[in-house]
Amino acid sequence: MSKRHRIKLILVTNLLLVLSGCSSWGVAPWDRDLLAKPEMALNSSPLDQSIDDHIYFSKEASSGGRSFAGGGCGCN
Amino acid sequence: MQLNKQAKKIRDNNQLGEKLALAAAALLGTTAHAQSNDAEWNFSTSALGYSESDRVSAAELIFTADKAYGDAALLNLKVVLDSLTGASANGAIEQNSIQTFTRPSGKGRYAIDPNTTPLDDTFKDTRVQINASWSDNFRPDLRYTIGGNISKEYDYQSLSVNGEIAREFNQKNSTLSLGVSFASDQVSPEGDIPLAFSSMVVDQGQFANEGAYWDAFNATRIENSDSITTSELLVGWTQIVNRRMLMQFNYGYANTNGYLSDPFKVLSVVDSTGTTQDLVYENRPDSRAQHSLFALTKYHLDKSIFDISYRFITDDWDINSHTIDTHWRFLGDNNSYWEPHFRLYQQGAAEFYQPFLSQAEAVPGLASADYRLGDMTAFTVGLKYGFQLDGGDRAEIRLEYYKQTPNEANQPDGIAGLENLELYPEVDALILQFNYYF
Repeated sequence: MSKRHRIKLILVTNLLLVLSGCSSWGVAPWDRDLLAKPEMALNSSPLDQSIDDHIYFSKEASSGGRSFAGGGCGCN
Repeated sequence: MQLNKQAKKIRDNNQLGEKLALAAAALLGTTAHAQSNDAEWNFSTSALGYSESDRVSAAELIFTADKAYGDAALLNLKVVLDSLTGASANGAIEQNSIQTFTRPSGKGRYAIDPNTTPLDDTFKDTRVQINASWSDNFRPDLRYTIGGNISKEYDYQSLSVNGEIAREFNQKNSTLSLGVSFASDQVSPEGDIPLAFSSMVVDQGQFANEGAYWDAFNATRIENSDSITTSELLVGWTQIVNRRMLMQFNYGYANTNGYLSDPFKVLSVVDSTGTTQDLVYENRPDSRAQHSLFALTKYHLDKSIFDISYRFITDDWDINSHTIDTHWRFLGDNNSYWEPHFRLYQQGAAEFYQPFLSQAEAVPGLASADYRLGDMTAFTVGLKYGFQLDGGDRAEIRLEYYKQTPNEANQPDGIAGLENLELYPEVDALILQFNYYF
């Protein structure tokens, strides 16, 4: 199997897993005590994230994924 | 009370103008505040020191301000200032003898000792960046965010706009989001843009006068600035799994066009003994398309919060990368916590990456010796401590160590004379950061 096909297969499998699982996943509104805490937010440390993105953008060839990839700087 | 009712009605109407009016009322000190969450401004600030051994040092200051309007709308402003000094690898390989290079501006030269990685120590830049974003609900399950960003440094400027729309499903347990971003950058390097594969002109006494040197130098320059445009798409799915756990999946596509070479980077052209005969400016493709997959899970244990993410990125420069990033926050008393961090990154080389060129071979159409495009592994270990002050303000201190190691086994075969030289130096950096929220 070529690399491209393997990637596609992984993608589709993941997507199906997520979609099939979603209907039974989740909590009622009154069970969100832990999820509602600020430190459980997906990006709970935006300052760190912004700094990490900047550092890795300027030191590595890949960027983005979690958020947009463009760095907006020369970063030599 | 009357105002409270009015505030509720306004929220229900979801009218931006009316929300701003409500915000103005809050600013004027009326009682809309308590009922409608028209909060005070929240500020956060961060100071960062970044230092590579023998190379670049950077300092960065971030200041953010955000304010909620009503239950849903949020304005966020951010200013970033950073300053960079120090030395950056110029792409040439080390030699057994002294090497001399011309500075990017053409004004002056610098010499590199034998058995030393050539670093250009003239890097000095100051950058200012301003971001603004506004988000609100179209309706309770449909949220939008719009944002703009401007960044300016001495030789580079960037303007970008972005937008995102997010829809909640399944009793707010699932969120599907779609974001787009467009950026327009202008690069105006010191000494202008060099002609690809032209030889670096080094004044070693061969010119009759200064005018002759500048004629030769200017012949290697094509224009004083060029542009880069980036268009991006980001599709995300967030899923609450149970009371303690949530997951996020993203797919991203980024298409970049324009001048993507680094105007300061050269390649050494070596003979059969590994001795440098020439230095030529690099040339990268003028477009790049990148796909990314990102998955994150976050889990709340009894007294700690654990998150781990995996990211896969592939692009048409043939660079594939894998990243694992994890934090484990141990919750202490009085809102304090300790948080260890570990990140592992691995990338394959760009198809046109070459640590040097061989004189015996034809000059390729594309080539770069930038170590950041080579095959490498990098890791970061860090520790953060967060605590709350008496007045309720919060502070965090973070120390990180980053190390990048080129994978020599996967590099092109060497030339006999280069065997004792360090062609693939490691890079390591220390990062110290202080955050304050008030």
